[in-house]
Amino acid sequence: MRTRVIVFPGSNCDHDAMHAVKNVLGQPDTEFVWHKEESIGKDVDLVILPGGFSYGDYLRTGAIARFSPVMKDVIRFAKDGGTVLGICNGFQVLCESELLPGVLIRNESLKFACKEVYLKVERDNTRFTSELERGEVIRIPIAHGEGNYIADADVLADLEANDQVVFRYSTAHGEVVREANPNGSLNNIAGIINKEGNVMGLMPHPERACEHILGSADGLKIFESLREYFTVTETVA
Amino acid sequence: MKYYVYIAIERKEAILDPQGKAIEHALDSLGFKEIENTRVGKLMRLTINAGSPEAAREIAESASAKLLANPIMETFSVIRVSETPVLSTVEPEIA
Repeated sequence: MRTRVIVFPGSNCDHDAMHAVKNVLGQPDTEFVWHKEESIGKDVDLVILPGGFSYGDYLRTGAIARFSPVMKDVIRFAKDGGTVLGICNGFQVLCESELLPGVLIRNESLKFACKEVYLKVERDNTRFTSELERGEVIRIPIAHGEGNYIADADVLADLEANDQVVFRYSTAHGEVVREANPNGSLNNIAGIINKEGNVMGLMPHPERACEHILGSADGLKIFESLREYFTVTETVA
Repeated sequence: MKYYVYIAIERKEAILDPQGKAIEHALDSLGFKEIENTRVGKLMRLTINAGSPEAAREIAESASAKLLANPIMETFSVIRVSETPVLSTVEPEIA
């Protein structure tokens, strides 16, 4: 699996993503791409937009990163069906880039939320989640000040109708209730996918939950799903 | 010609404004009972080289639509195009 992790000024989870894919998942062809590059390179399987505070979160989270030179190629890659995973700030960049609908605003509490949360898996039939089970509850950390997902009523209805919500904040037992919502997100949304199924964004950090020594290895299943997807794809090809 | 263009960016009414809410509660606890609602937006000043005030306004509107405001959650309005970098207007004050 040829993976490229985009690095913006202010990205701070780029090395976590690199470690998860390269060392834990065992994918040697994993490299960083600096935001000033105009190309992500050839034959890339997966692009990761990592967490952090690109451009200091100035203007709006992800708004300036969206116009980084490299994003033109990332957007082209995504529109051609390439696989893009946006984590935390990466999710915010995907929304600003209009590769995913909606936007992430300040947490309802106004506080930065940094803790482990439970997520209910809503989709197991995507390339990002095939190693998970629908209805399964996973434990993954969040660390964000602006993870409150909002969208217009018709966009939200569309998301739900098309089954584009992949993860929701829940209790340990999978109950999707307000008490389990750490930021005020509409419908407890933690992660969504585009209609075509090749672009996913989520606020929680799966790359920080890939080893038991870190408290949870639930996040690894997302990367394992992707590895499986590309292995199968390559075998067929 | 150099123009100073002021742009106000507001969150749409339907969008929750937790910062505005927090300020609203603080104002209420200070005794400002008449203040019913508080919302927080942004004010930007662009210094624009353009041939006319209309052209400067047009550039500011284009920049707002492309980058400065996110139409999903915000609206923008050019509130003043001026040859001096001051926001206060020359109209007589009403209060």
